[in-house]
Amino acid sequence: MGLTKEKMVDIYSTMMRIRLFEEKVDELVATARIGGFCHLYIGEEAIAAGMCAHLRKEDCITSTHRGHGHLIAKGGAVKLMMAELLGKANGYCKGKGGSMHIADLDLGILGANGIVGGGPPIAAGAAWAAQYKGTDNVCVSFFGDGASNQGTVHEAMNLASVFKLPVIFVAEYNGYGEFTCQANHQCIESITERAQGYRIPGVSVDGNDVIAVYEAGGEAIERARKGNGPTVIECKTYRIKGHFIGDPGAYRSEEEVASWQAEDKDPIPRFRRRLVEKNILSPKEIEDLNASIRKEIEDAVDFAEKGPLPTPDELLTDVYAD
Amino acid sequence: MAIMSLAQAVNNAISLEMERDPNVILMGEDIGAPGGPLGVTAGLYQKFGGKRVIDTPITESGFLGAAVGAAACGLRPIVEIMFIDFIGVALDQLFNQAAKMRYMFGGKAKIPMVMRAMCGAGLQAAAQHSQSLESWFMHIPGIKVAMPSTPYDAKGLLISAIRDNNPVVFLEHKAIYGLEGEAPEEAYAIPFGQADIKREGTDVTIVATAMMVGRALSAAEKLAADGISAEVVDPRSLSPLDEDTILKSVRKTHRLVIVHEEVGFAGSGAEIAAMAAEKAFDYLDAPILRVTAPFCPVPFSAALEVEYIPSEEKIMAAVKKVLGD
Repeated sequence: MGLTKEKMVDIYSTMMRIRLFEEKVDELVATARIGGFCHLYIGEEAIAAGMCAHLRKEDCITSTHRGHGHLIAKGGAVKLMMAELLGKANGYCKGKGGSMHIADLDLGILGANGIVGGGPPIAAGAAWAAQYKGTDNVCVSFFGDGASNQGTVHEAMNLASVFKLPVIFVAEYNGYGEFTCQANHQCIESITERAQGYRIPGVSVDGNDVIAVYEAGGEAIERARKGNGPTVIECKTYRIKGHFIGDPGAYRSEEEVASWQAEDKDPIPRFRRRLVEKNILSPKEIEDLNASIRKEIEDAVDFAEKGPLPTPDELLTDVYAD
Repeated sequence: MAIMSLAQAVNNAISLEMERDPNVILMGEDIGAPGGPLGVTAGLYQKFGGKRVIDTPITESGFLGAAVGAAACGLRPIVEIMFIDFIGVALDQLFNQAAKMRYMFGGKAKIPMVMRAMCGAGLQAAAQHSQSLESWFMHIPGIKVAMPSTPYDAKGLLISAIRDNNPVVFLEHKAIYGLEGEAPEEAYAIPFGQADIKREGTDVTIVATAMMVGRALSAAEKLAADGISAEVVDPRSLSPLDEDTILKSVRKTHRLVIVHEEVGFAGSGAEIAAMAAEKAFDYLDAPILRVTAPFCPVPFSAALEVEYIPSEEKIMAAVKKVLGD
């Protein structure tokens, strides 16, 4: 599974883009320039970046309420995302969806989802459509340990197993379902135990090691493309910020959070070090790259702030298709 | 033209559309090789094969959601929820996903899915297999709701539903599957939002749905012997609702009785009554009456079930009441 230099730089850029986007969103919510609920993906970037690095435009993903990372990794335009978060008419969804409902069907992004566990059945369906049409397209379904207990996840896995659907279930195990730690919401330690129960191949990887995610993802996607059915990939990670912006996080210790931000745990410094060690990028090149991505995000905010708000007549459009 | 039962009309509509459009697939519990629990989808698996007619495990949320995903990706699934009472375990995929994806995504998604389900009482199937819940679905922007009362309407409405680019809830009353009537052999589409005047009259408008249409017609026959001319209007689709036809009738007759098998409180009749009171107030010579199921679950015992379902006598009594008898 040769990773070219370009690909590695791409993956790093994706992770930085997600990180800087989310940090900006954090700031904008804190200053009330973005309203509603936002759920930040900070700390989990390696999963979206590692998985989506394999995907074609025609492949689909289903996402979660914590969806900005998946959207960016699948090619979503940060300008349009930012405008959507600001509720502008030139946002991805004309300002009518917001953070939890951003979608881009041209990029196979079947939407972030405000319903925990809402995505996996839809992903199974998207995979079904690919199979039906005789393509080798796949669908990646992202969900968390919090969602893993939902009936929908079990039902989707069962369907995928019975019908050998080309769907990859990516379980982002950040150790918390909202405010409740994993040990208190399930008796299993690894979702691979459940994958076994559905006779689906399961693998658990360090979700903060983007290469490990990339490699596991590559195998699973190949398996699906060849018609050999689903895979469950558990990615162990950590959610640096609260469940939503504004979550005081009383259920976690500051020490625990800080430990995952260390240079050897945070997925971005870890990968950055690897890029430098392998002479893929020099520290200066990394600085420049970071700066250019930072500029992208600033431009996105500018674009969003200058955008128009939707007019009242927009309330009743797109309730139905023609 | 051919004589067919309502069940055959449903089967025929699905068959014709599956022939016409390779993107139409059928999925549900026991609908394939076994032909459906009441045989409604018999023969389709043999005709179209297991890739297009899919027997699912008993996992409504999973396969209704899969239908949503498949629809978003270009297929046109007809998904059966065996009894509408089972929608509870899968409702999220219908009302939060299918109904809202297009709007939330700014007009980009299209969910051309038909959700067929059996509804209604009369077979002693008891509380969890006999409900009428159409008002639940009327209440959700983004989906459409159709409810045929005859084979002709069933076939035409279902073909429209399959061709519609929106999620459609298609409700088949289980006690009238055997009802026979004339329908063209070829495909035809009855548009939504087009009510049908099943019987013309001048003294009172009776709006009725599904099995109640037949009862309203029988009641109208008996009322005619008493010199009362009742007009029976069948909305056929509840969302969109053909307000114009209902209002035109009320302006003519000045009296409105609504009959449905749903519980009265907050039922579909409440919407029709409010609409008519608002838009035809000056034409009404009597309060609007609703003849409905009582506010209780559907009972099992035949002695109670017969009391539960609105009877011809209750319809006739309501008509006489609005006429001031």
